[in-house]
Amino acid sequence: MTSSTLIFVILFLALFSYWYGMHRSIKVAGGVTKVKQLVSLPRQFGLLTALWCGIPALIVLLLWTVFEATVIESLLVAKLPQNIQEMTPSQLGLYLNDIKIMAQQNLGEVTETSEQIKHFAALEFQQLNLNAAWLKSAIIFLVCLSCVMFIVSRFRLDYRARAATEKITLKVLMACSGIAVLTTLGIVLSVLFESINFFSEVSPVEFLFGTEWSPQTALRADQVASSGAFGAVPLFVGTLLITFIAMLMAVPIGLMTAIYLSQYASQRLRTVAKPMLEILAGIPTVVYGFFAALTVAPFVRDVGESLGLNVASESALAAGIVMGVMIIPFVSSLSDDAINAVPKTLKEGSLGMGATMSETIRHVLLPAALPGIVGAILLAVSRAIGETMIVVMAAGMAANLTVNPLESVTTVTVQIVTLLTGDQEFDSAKTLAAFALGLMLFVTTLALNVVALKVVRKYREQYD
Amino acid sequence: MNRTTTEKVVKSLKQRHRKEKLFKAAGFASVCFGFLLVLTLISDIVIKATPAFHQHWLKLEIDYQQEWLGVDSLDYEKLESADYRKVLRRSILAMMPEVSGRQDKRSLYKLVSNNAEFTVRDALLKSPEFIGKKKNVWVMLDDDVDSYLKENTEFSQTGIRISEKQAGWIEQWYNNGLIDKQWNTEFLTSGDSREPELAGVRGALTGTMWTMLVTLILSFPLGVAAALYLEEFAPSNRFTDFIEVNINNLAAVPSIVFGLLGLAVIINLFGMPRSTPLVGGVVLTLMTLPTIIIASRASIKAVPPSIREAALGLGASKMQVAFGHVLPLAMPGIITGTIIGMAQALGETAPLLMIGMVAFIVDVPMGVTDASTVMPVQIYLWADSPERAFLAKTSAAILVLLTFLMMMNTLAATLRRKFEKRF
Repeated sequence: MTSSTLIFVILFLALFSYWYGMHRSIKVAGGVTKVKQLVSLPRQFGLLTALWCGIPALIVLLLWTVFEATVIESLLVAKLPQNIQEMTPSQLGLYLNDIKIMAQQNLGEVTETSEQIKHFAALEFQQLNLNAAWLKSAIIFLVCLSCVMFIVSRFRLDYRARAATEKITLKVLMACSGIAVLTTLGIVLSVLFESINFFSEVSPVEFLFGTEWSPQTALRADQVASSGAFGAVPLFVGTLLITFIAMLMAVPIGLMTAIYLSQYASQRLRTVAKPMLEILAGIPTVVYGFFAALTVAPFVRDVGESLGLNVASESALAAGIVMGVMIIPFVSSLSDDAINAVPKTLKEGSLGMGATMSETIRHVLLPAALPGIVGAILLAVSRAIGETMIVVMAAGMAANLTVNPLESVTTVTVQIVTLLTGDQEFDSAKTLAAFALGLMLFVTTLALNVVALKVVRKYREQYD
Repeated sequence: MNRTTTEKVVKSLKQRHRKEKLFKAAGFASVCFGFLLVLTLISDIVIKATPAFHQHWLKLEIDYQQEWLGVDSLDYEKLESADYRKVLRRSILAMMPEVSGRQDKRSLYKLVSNNAEFTVRDALLKSPEFIGKKKNVWVMLDDDVDSYLKENTEFSQTGIRISEKQAGWIEQWYNNGLIDKQWNTEFLTSGDSREPELAGVRGALTGTMWTMLVTLILSFPLGVAAALYLEEFAPSNRFTDFIEVNINNLAAVPSIVFGLLGLAVIINLFGMPRSTPLVGGVVLTLMTLPTIIIASRASIKAVPPSIREAALGLGASKMQVAFGHVLPLAMPGIITGTIIGMAQALGETAPLLMIGMVAFIVDVPMGVTDASTVMPVQIYLWADSPERAFLAKTSAAILVLLTFLMMMNTLAATLRRKFEKRF
């Protein structure tokens, strides 16, 4: 049985054991009329039985699914001839892939000797898979059955079924909240592990301070540029350049929008403008990318050429502008919160002393809200640095070390996407470089977020 | 001293008021700029998408001659594999007898879509009695011709990838009433294709549906359970704080990093199949979980303590309070948060590129373990295609995606309005 059918089977068994547990508890009580003698209600007994039936089985199934592929592969390798087992991991991976593809097709007779081994292995693979499927179903049935038997054997008149159920439920809830921790752990470990592999091939100093980025490693060692260069400075500069342009666009407009909407605008304008900002915030980034690549970039180039400037068709300016547009609602809503958190008394005091509205805003409200606004800007920067689709579609691929916004630059995220899409070996320096870049990205955005949250929190304490 | 201060104030008043006006104008201008942006963005996409709503078709009188088909009996199976290309080409030639020369003929054949011979086949299979007879069949025109017809109002000039001769033939057909413009319903009912006139979003839409289904099934229970634990049961200790910090940080991690996680752990370590809605759904679940947890927690927090205390006072256990009273009252807010999270996941592209949902897939996926792509990735792929007709298709796909997002957001807003309880 496949895993998805097994899930349904388990759910069905759980349903059945709900009924069974209820039935048994009534029997323990000595009939329907004596149910009151039980400490817990019969349906609590049923629920407990269902949980005991379902949860262990689901855990076993999950573990099995996670490790099945790896275990079967190692069993298969153990049965292969010695010379094949001694191949390098990547060669072995290709060989195993061949076997798997072969196993999916109809296996006929093969005459070539080299193919015969594969043919044999493919048959073996099919057999292993079949056995595994049987074993999996059998084990899960056994787990269900034994767990239900165990819990039912403990039913007494004074067995506190509800308390037991609630204990299990609490553990399940706790496990669910732990997933966030597991995710973070997964991110850190996967990125860190591959990065360490990468840094054993390329020195961290070269990666962080090198100014040459050309990750295209050649297939053979004697070709030109066989090593590839992994100096990430051009990527960092490109990322910062585009982020800077985006901020130049988003911060003034977002801030002014927030100020106008919260201090000047009529209720009517506000009810129209808020959804407008929400639309901007809700548009998928791939749409912004399309807009940047096919509308803004040609427009920027045409304007530049009419001014006599030489503008690249994938200029940093176009990507930066559109990224700025994407971030406007983000900056605006966060600064809105910060401005609204300033106590009204400050504003009214300033207005009462005869200051104009703009003077109040500039000299009283903004300084008081500054930490919140700085936090908002930091969060916006971290968003801009991590943004992918706009730059993938509108920024360039070639790593130019320049701060000229009219030229084409590339960013960290663009390189991660280019390095990892398409088929390649997983352990080449080229793919590992993507994980090193991912580590940089993760650390940078994490630091920005932590700092931003700290700034905002510190500020809040002042007025509460 | 007093007078001089007043004088100073009076003197500076004009300038201060001017500054005030300027500041207010700047604020108003930036709000207007926002409106302008939304308007530009939407209208730009709608204008670019309009050509994709229609498709030009050509009426051909197809002569199903048996010798051209290469079949002599009315056997259905043989009819299926007969030589329809020959029938199609001969029929086009019969309509345009003045065309001669190999090169001219070839450029004539190019005017109809690659799909045309299958249309011709299907027309015969539907009514096999026409074998040996003539029948009028509408076939799709090639995307270059289609774009040419949509962009040019006069036929005299040559178009992009349309030569003068071809333009003449198209004009002739058009004047004879053989070309018709129809609603492009194929866009919603067919899968992806290398030929722009045949490409549709059905495959991507189905892939999106499967991916969203996996995301919803995983993220909703997990998110609600985590929120319930953290709000109702968690002791305030270091571990709880650690979980909270984690959730807040995860909400701000760039989406592409989740793609890296999916590639390294879910695909390479756990060996789940690449390019499938299953993996996509798991990655998007991890990404949307923080959103759902944060929204659910806010909603659970808004349930007043009096309700909990009343239930506890009547002898309910903490678990019964949580599941029987707090959760139902918090549900509208939780559902709203979930819809917003799902809308986010629907528009997400970058992590799905990492896990290989970027492949060119023609078939409509039938389950969560079939290789598939999703709407945003389809948009990305088409936006990269060089053919002009794909520009309109991309914009149309964006419109489809935006419609879905709009629907989800409206639903969330309506739910919030309708069920929001103020205690």
